[in-house]
Amino acid sequence: MFKRHVFLVFCLLTAWAVGSHAELTIEITSGQDNPTVIAVSPIKEKNGVLPEDISTIVSADLERSGLFRPVARQNMLSFPGDQSEVYYRDWRVLGAQYLVFGNSERLADGRIKVEFGLAEVLGEKVMLAQTVHGRDDSLRDIAHYISDKVYEALTGIRGVFSTRLAYVTSVPAASGRMVYRLMVSDADGARERLMLESTEPLMSPAWSPDGKELVYVSFETGRPAIFRQKLSDASRKQVTNFTGLNGAPAWSPDGRRLALVLSKDGNPEIYTYDFVSGEFTRMTRHFSIDTEPNWTPDGKSIIFTSDRGGSPQIYKLDVASGATERVTFRGNYNARPRLAPDGRTLVMVHRDGGQFHIASQDLVTNDFRVLTSTAMDESPSVAPNGAMLLYSTKRGGKGVLAAVSIDAGVKFFLPARQGDVREPAWSPFL
Amino acid sequence: MSFQTIRNGFLIALCSVFLAACSSTGKDDGSASGATGGDGYGSGVSTGTADDGGAYGDDLSAGGTLATVFYFEFDSSTLKPEARAALNGHAQRLRSSPIYVRLEGHADERGSREYNMALGERRANSVKEFLVLQGVDGQYIEVISYGEERPAALGSDEGSWAMNRRVEIRRR
Repeated sequence: MFKRHVFLVFCLLTAWAVGSHAELTIEITSGQDNPTVIAVSPIKEKNGVLPEDISTIVSADLERSGLFRPVARQNMLSFPGDQSEVYYRDWRVLGAQYLVFGNSERLADGRIKVEFGLAEVLGEKVMLAQTVHGRDDSLRDIAHYISDKVYEALTGIRGVFSTRLAYVTSVPAASGRMVYRLMVSDADGARERLMLESTEPLMSPAWSPDGKELVYVSFETGRPAIFRQKLSDASRKQVTNFTGLNGAPAWSPDGRRLALVLSKDGNPEIYTYDFVSGEFTRMTRHFSIDTEPNWTPDGKSIIFTSDRGGSPQIYKLDVASGATERVTFRGNYNARPRLAPDGRTLVMVHRDGGQFHIASQDLVTNDFRVLTSTAMDESPSVAPNGAMLLYSTKRGGKGVLAAVSIDAGVKFFLPARQGDVREPAWSPFL
Repeated sequence: MSFQTIRNGFLIALCSVFLAACSSTGKDDGSASGATGGDGYGSGVSTGTADDGGAYGDDLSAGGTLATVFYFEFDSSTLKPEARAALNGHAQRLRSSPIYVRLEGHADERGSREYNMALGERRANSVKEFLVLQGVDGQYIEVISYGEERPAALGSDEGSWAMNRRVEIRRR
């Protein structure tokens, strides 16, 4: 009876959480062939019900990675709050290989203490046990923290569940004009926050390496201009105001410079801008289109798109010497390059038989791979742990965000409720 | 007669128009008649009239007879013959009655967004270059690219894409 009551409350909470938080909802279309079966037991609430269901968030996080298949809660035989309440046979019969359990306690000062653990079911041993503190408004942070710890303990790779996404939406307004919005959300699409709204286009959001600021292109002045904006207080500053293109800003890994595109000299060229000296330095000199710069993780090179060879291809420029070499040779359209944190895996927009897909190329072996099979794919952005990338695609005539693992095994959509969503930018580790 | 001569002659005519325009506060420089300026063009170019110019200012399409949108092929900024024909008409009128215009370049949704920004600009620039070669003063022409951000047609099909690969001429 008591259990049923708790379960009902949980359902209501979930419905409320989905309605009020998740503007984007996750839909997994393809996962690993043999995902690890994991049970995330509901957090045992010792004194008072929490406003968020931590375990459901953890379970969804792990499922979204494509590497795990969570056990359905209604099949669970017990809900252990701590190690002493874990009966391994309850989990063995469900086929669970791992178990996440925990409890929460509201402290006298209003804070919430959450103890959680990760157990290996067959070996009957606890692999991880930790305590975290938070407040009512940081329960999702606690959940993502638990997901990160569990993911790292089981894969050896740092989790990205606590990171954020920036993206642009456009929705037709009653006036018939488009309303463009720059948004930031949690990595799972929840807690969406409005950064900027405009009736003129917004484009090309990119993160500062400390994850505290965004740069983007706004047409609010009637022409494209680059702005930077702090997430904490929304304060913003215009960085460029040149005639022609002011676009494709990319923050250098050391945070001191931007790579960007200006066409003030007549055609699009790559520049760097030094935040301290305020100086612009021209990096390319070519009559063709040079655009979409992105830094290598060591900050020594810039990769960019150029059609100097007759079709858009990816080039690499040594910042110190200016020496430039072509990197892609497969097909006649490769653009919008981004590098994974390993500095070796290049991802890009690639045209393949008339369709635009996301492809990857290993810069050492030159192995080339088309990762996506959706249509009109663009704007790949690699997660800071290099395991996945987000991109935008078209589905049912609407722009939606989608994700694919770097090995192409895991795929999912983050469909939007309203309008077009595009240009995802995955934050660094926060 | 070379383009250069035509252009120089045109520039003189243009300057006087500009002065005339600036003098609306009441200074009488007596150059208003210079605004018709047909004699500056040379024989190779047909001229419009000042009256047409007045109408042009309000309606770039000249009552719907002149296209104000010019279309392009995929990943191309080459002007099509029909665009050249319409642009000749615009050039003629802009020479005789210069006004500030804005060329807005656009691309279809395929491919990457910033590359499409560059492509939109390249298209608008090729329209500008054409107009300048026809003797229009480049100072009157502003170029801006919207890339794929402002589609004219919202579909994801060849018909919509063809409508979106365009340059629009507008009054600034």
